[in-house]
Amino acid sequence: MVDFTLWDILRNLLLAARWTVVLSLIAFAGGGIVGLVLLSLRLWRERSFARLFNGYVGLFQGTPLLMQLFLSYFGLRLFGIEVSVWVSAGLALTLYTSAFLAEIWRGCVAAIPKGQWEASTSLALSFYEQMRYVILPQALRIAIPPTVGFAVQVIKGTALASVIGFVELTRAGNMIANVTYAPFTVFALVGMCYFILCYPISLYARFLERKMNAVRR
Amino acid sequence: MPSVVEASAPVIVDIAGLHKSYGDVEVLKGIDLRVQKGEVVCIIGKSGSGKSTLLRCINGLEVFQDGGLTVDGRPLLHDNAAAMRDLRQRVGMIFQSFNLFPHLTVGANVMLAPTLVKKSARPDAAAQAHRLLDRVGLADKFDAMPDQLSGGQQQRVAIARALAMEPAVMLCDEITSALDPELVGEVLRVVEGLANEGMTLIMVTHEMAFARKVSSRVVFMHQGRVHEIGTPDELFGAPKTPELQQFLSSLHN
Amino acid sequence: MTVQLDFMAVLRDWPMLVTGVVWTLGLTAVAVVLGLLVAVFCAWARANGPRWLAFVVGAYVELIRNTPFIVQLFFVFFGLPAAGVRLSPVTASLLALTLNLAAYGTEIIRAGLEATPRGQIEAGLSLAMSRVQIFTHVILPPALKKVWPALVSQIIIVMLGSAVCGQIATRELSYAANVISASTFRTFESYIVATAIYLGLAWAVRRALNWVGPRFIFGR
Repeated sequence: MVDFTLWDILRNLLLAARWTVVLSLIAFAGGGIVGLVLLSLRLWRERSFARLFNGYVGLFQGTPLLMQLFLSYFGLRLFGIEVSVWVSAGLALTLYTSAFLAEIWRGCVAAIPKGQWEASTSLALSFYEQMRYVILPQALRIAIPPTVGFAVQVIKGTALASVIGFVELTRAGNMIANVTYAPFTVFALVGMCYFILCYPISLYARFLERKMNAVRR
Repeated sequence: MPSVVEASAPVIVDIAGLHKSYGDVEVLKGIDLRVQKGEVVCIIGKSGSGKSTLLRCINGLEVFQDGGLTVDGRPLLHDNAAAMRDLRQRVGMIFQSFNLFPHLTVGANVMLAPTLVKKSARPDAAAQAHRLLDRVGLADKFDAMPDQLSGGQQQRVAIARALAMEPAVMLCDEITSALDPELVGEVLRVVEGLANEGMTLIMVTHEMAFARKVSSRVVFMHQGRVHEIGTPDELFGAPKTPELQQFLSSLHN
Repeated sequence: MTVQLDFMAVLRDWPMLVTGVVWTLGLTAVAVVLGLLVAVFCAWARANGPRWLAFVVGAYVELIRNTPFIVQLFFVFFGLPAAGVRLSPVTASLLALTLNLAAYGTEIIRAGLEATPRGQIEAGLSLAMSRVQIFTHVILPPALKKVWPALVSQIIIVMLGSAVCGQIATRELSYAANVISASTFRTFESYIVATAIYLGLAWAVRRALNWVGPRFIFGR
């Protein structure tokens, strides 16, 4: 049996943590784009898209991310699309992220006083102009803290991609624990890696929120 | 001195048989009203009488179910975005709660719609904004943010912002109701200046003394109808209906 | 190509699914009861406890909130035996779920506690109530009432998160789906059915908690 030093374990975990970061970035960027499209549709044609929007958000918020990953993984295969686990994991996490971000942002847009819509409407601005120059700049400011905060949920969510065989931090931890017979150390280190990734983001989100509340007063 | 309007002046706002309901509740029960160019029309009445709703129908903020409405000859068509955009360029509106865009400077608030909607060049729009801010007595506030201004100053910026679109008619929806009493005068003076320059104004107001002073006509609304209409002297001096008499006497107590 | 979906093959295994649902709900229920008790204690400790305790609680909360549940579960189930603590899948699942819910619950309840007006505490003191009585009778009920919607959402998140417990062979709903998919080769259908059941559970649990809260937890 090969002896593994603490450094060996950590080095391998850190290498795998790269894929956690990359997958998180994909999910966050993709989810942001899809979420923005969903929100735009809903704001553009409130009546036709409100139900669809609520259904979409309810579906992804009301089912386990693990099931979403399984469905993406087996679903794509069922339809004869032989894809890498990158696509399955990326797709599921993107859709999951989009639902949460769209809902967070919808709340931010809803928080903009009705008078802002009415004033810009009565100035003959088109829907696009209202959004671009009046509503979104204001909504964006209040959206930043919760959006940053949700990044932590995305990073933690990528851990579930390990279950469908995506080799990221958690999966690497499993594999290393199996060969080193040191699960206590390995999973403690895995946890630490996530903590180092997530905690600064949590702190930053909290800082932004405090700053925003201070400005408002 | 009430504005005097010649009978031959063109009609700017023409409302005919306008009905509006929220669900089962009918708030406007057939309104007919013609406003000529240069007129100052004040709408008075109890809260819930439908006066704000009527005002908001004129630029399409409220959708009405039945009747017709034209502004400067343009019919109001709710489902036609281009027609609505065209119509709203002719109608300025000032709100009770100012509704300045808090993320933009005072100057940018005034310039936004002309540059976007009228495609004015930025230097032209800026020059116009300076001129209008000067007119409302805020020439030095061009680069200020709205939250640095008093309520009265914000409302004057809102007036300048509406004027920047060079509207044919201005709608004023209880524009002094959210102001501290000492700030009401500065806003009303600006409005009076507009009236004297011949701007067509339709105002919902609780400032009866002001209404009496500047109006060419006063409309008393009651339960979703135009209950009484006439010159300020007729309505305030010799109210005909018991409802108006009661309304006016309730104000004195 | 056409895809033939056969949901009947999956539904024929309904006893398995029922067992899964019972386990999912059971795990969640126990984790909620224990987790909320721990959360109330931690929230109190963080606000009013001795400095060292407040620090320990703070560290615990941040540690849980900034690491994935699946890693917490693996640490408890795979890691702890190496330190001499051997837990069954169910116990490990319960421990991980409870610790997880308690950490989030602490933050939620603490936010509610901060909202209690100072005057009410003084009123309690002037009525010669003890510190503990004031906490449990004056401060806590309105705080819980205020944050109950947030707690309900968090409980739903934990219930959905419990799907991961199937990975250590706890016989909850997602595990049932795994087993059925292995025996019927109807993998996609198995997970569709399980997902639909989760969706229904989330809806039902939310309704149930919104009903239970005002009646039994914090009074009307």
